[in-house]
Amino acid sequence: MVKYVGKRIIYMFITMFLIATATFFLMQTLPGSPISSYNKLNDNQKAIVEKKYGIDKPKPVQYAIYMKNLAKGDLGTSFAFKGKSVNDLLASRIKPSFILGAQAMVFGTIIGILLGMIAALKQNTFWDYGSTFFAILGISIPSFVFATLLQYFVASQWHLLPVGLWNDGWKSSILPSIALAMGPLALSARFIRTEMIEVMGSDYITLAKAKGANGFEIAFKHAFRNALIPLITVLGPVAAGLVTGSLVVEQIFAIPGIGEQFVSSIMVNDFATIMGTTLFFSAFLIVVIFIVDILYGVIDPRIRLSGGKA
Amino acid sequence: MKNTKWLLLMAMTLVLSIFLAACGGSDDKKEDTTKEDGKDGNATETPKKEDGEPDAEQILNLAESAAIPSVDSAIVEDAVGFNVLNNVNEGLYRLDEENAAIPAMASEEATESDDGLTYTFKLRDAKWSDGSPVTAEDFVFAWQRAIDPATGSPYGPFMMSGTVKNATAISEGKMDKKELGIVAKDEKTLEVTLERPVPYFLSLMSFGTFYPQKEAFVTEKGDAYATNSDSLLYNGPFTLTDWDGTGGSWVYKKNDEYWDAENVKLTQINVNVVQDSATAVKLYKDGKLDRAGVSGDLAMQYSTDEEAVLQPETSVFYFKFNQEKGGKETPLANENIRKAIAKSFQKEDLADVVLANGSLPANFLVPKDFAYDEDGKDFRDISGDHLEYDAEEAKDLWATGLKELGVDSLELEILGGDTDLSKKMDEYFQSQLETNLEGLTIKLKEVPFAVRLELDGNQDYDIQVSGWGPDFQDPISFLDLFVTDGTNNLMSYSNKEYDQLIADSKGDLALKPAERYEAFAKAEKILLDEDAAIAPIYQRGLIFLEKPYFKGLVSHPFGADYSFKWAYISGKE
Repeated sequence: MVKYVGKRIIYMFITMFLIATATFFLMQTLPGSPISSYNKLNDNQKAIVEKKYGIDKPKPVQYAIYMKNLAKGDLGTSFAFKGKSVNDLLASRIKPSFILGAQAMVFGTIIGILLGMIAALKQNTFWDYGSTFFAILGISIPSFVFATLLQYFVASQWHLLPVGLWNDGWKSSILPSIALAMGPLALSARFIRTEMIEVMGSDYITLAKAKGANGFEIAFKHAFRNALIPLITVLGPVAAGLVTGSLVVEQIFAIPGIGEQFVSSIMVNDFATIMGTTLFFSAFLIVVIFIVDILYGVIDPRIRLSGGKA
Repeated sequence: MKNTKWLLLMAMTLVLSIFLAACGGSDDKKEDTTKEDGKDGNATETPKKEDGEPDAEQILNLAESAAIPSVDSAIVEDAVGFNVLNNVNEGLYRLDEENAAIPAMASEEATESDDGLTYTFKLRDAKWSDGSPVTAEDFVFAWQRAIDPATGSPYGPFMMSGTVKNATAISEGKMDKKELGIVAKDEKTLEVTLERPVPYFLSLMSFGTFYPQKEAFVTEKGDAYATNSDSLLYNGPFTLTDWDGTGGSWVYKKNDEYWDAENVKLTQINVNVVQDSATAVKLYKDGKLDRAGVSGDLAMQYSTDEEAVLQPETSVFYFKFNQEKGGKETPLANENIRKAIAKSFQKEDLADVVLANGSLPANFLVPKDFAYDEDGKDFRDISGDHLEYDAEEAKDLWATGLKELGVDSLELEILGGDTDLSKKMDEYFQSQLETNLEGLTIKLKEVPFAVRLELDGNQDYDIQVSGWGPDFQDPISFLDLFVTDGTNNLMSYSNKEYDQLIADSKGDLALKPAERYEAFAKAEKILLDEDAAIAPIYQRGLIFLEKPYFKGLVSHPFGADYSFKWAYISGKE
């Protein structure tokens, strides 16, 4: 197990290195300059400013400098936010994004699992159709549409919650979290339903029934745990979906999070911030996938690893 | 039976999702053509409102469209930064409620030498927010810092080169910054020497790049200077608080140390960054904001709202005709072809129906309500209209042009922005041009702003929808763009007579205001009527929703967008 984890960690670093390299060079193909007043300056003035930002050096040199700093955990200085380190920038914006993402994930999967179970246990009834309908809506409608609808009805029309901004504490996070949660919710509902139906038809459930275990016990103790494994496998991609969803949802609710920062840094060619946010998102996803892989073993002893037999 | 239920459900879902998708107008992007001039919301006047007694509570809630990149006056280069600077700091002069430059840190009007090269300023007894006095040395330090190549300031060299003595040589590293044409005669007297007479010099003194900085404070903070609201000093009407340097919100508080504090009524302004215009409007309607910009498609929807305020700006948009591409002459090198295109589209409909955001049709390059002569006469009344819409004449010119080129049809590309509004506008041009000019095929190329700048830089386009906002109050801010080899010409336009007129305005005519304005008028006529080097389209306007109790906001035609100094709340409760 230890050896397996060690190996995975090494792979994670290699992946990060490749992502950093690819992003660095892809970013260089972005048209335009990070200097916002670029078209007002003459060549001499441009040279002065480019020198200050270190973008006058050849690309390989810039790359070497960046990677050296990255190894020390220094993401560099933002081009757009003058004199501010990207580390500080991310730190100041991580909290809203984290709260939204975590709430959406927890709320989405829990409600999704419940809906999926109800659908499976009451197969082909009104409950089943209702939850399926809900899940199809969640899968087919993007989060920004939910965001707009929730904002319009719940906030603008009924005045139950804030329209946007991050000034009302927890209340500010409710609507964007719900909008983001629709994806995970729908996905987990569908997965759990399918798996539960399959598991409920398997021999050991029939045995449990024959032994006289009650319905509730069968559903939660026996069926649910097995149905959970495939769901765990999709949690990684679901987390990725949350990240992309948050880019737009944060903008709609005017929440000063990382997603909003990422989008605006691309618009102004803020190279250091683009790199920083991309690496941050990548690191986040890689860690989530890693955790998911470890969780398999916890939930299903058959997958548990030992002695390096990966 | 079961199947029909399912079908019904699926159909309902489909209908619902189409309906929902249609409502999803939330991805409205802010019109980004503005970024070109680094300004957003340069305006000339806000409709007058009747005065009322200010309320007891003077707290305002506003939105900005972007976060603050910097508040270091030597570094600032964007609209938000200049706006913040204008409200928390103050230069020798400040634009007043009528947008005239009046003494601010200066205690009285500057004395100007007869040759127009030396200005002497007397400073008033003003204080920094830490209680220390604002001295002449603070200006010397800030100006030297802004031009020092080590600072890497974009606007320092841009504003000072060719204006303040020795600025160009210093910015190129050929001279020490101590040689800059600014000297502190004593603690309260400042002497500025210029390279050439600059008739609009005093209005420049209201611009952020020329604000003072206290050396002891800047040196003490080092790299941390101006990175958050605690590492700054203020000498303006407000101080900045709760700004962490990168965050999406900040607060202005009334500055009690400000010399004119008794005339500042607002005690606090809360600002949040709201990028999405649709969100800003919803927040406004919910009472969370006292003013909200309405951009893009929303403008048409809200233009009739009873709280809508039209605000004309000083940014002008025009076609650039590229005369040389890849070393070869383009069909646009033909004067008749350019004139034909310039006269072939209806500008009123474009402004009123397509843009519908308070924009004005433009038959000029230097905007309306922007530059005035000594008697206060608008430059537009001196220079008149050029290149007006005339479909019949356009047809004749087009036929002549084609004959001269020896072809009977042409295919040209219009390069424009990728926002919804830009696309709508480009389609309008396409239909107008193709209808009025027989044998013309227009292809549209719609790209993000940065891409357009790059194509512009490489001179890789036929016709480009471009725009410009001024940095100081003088026609030269626009007319300088199109001199031969000007940094923004980038279309191989060259006219010796035009170049000469612009050179004269900076030389022989600099101290003769009336003749100088005549030279500008002549230059504009050459550029438009005679050469049709560019084809003016519109002068941009903006629509804001503004609460009726929010009064006294002053918007400026150049530099910072707004002053809150005279703003107040009256009749909210």
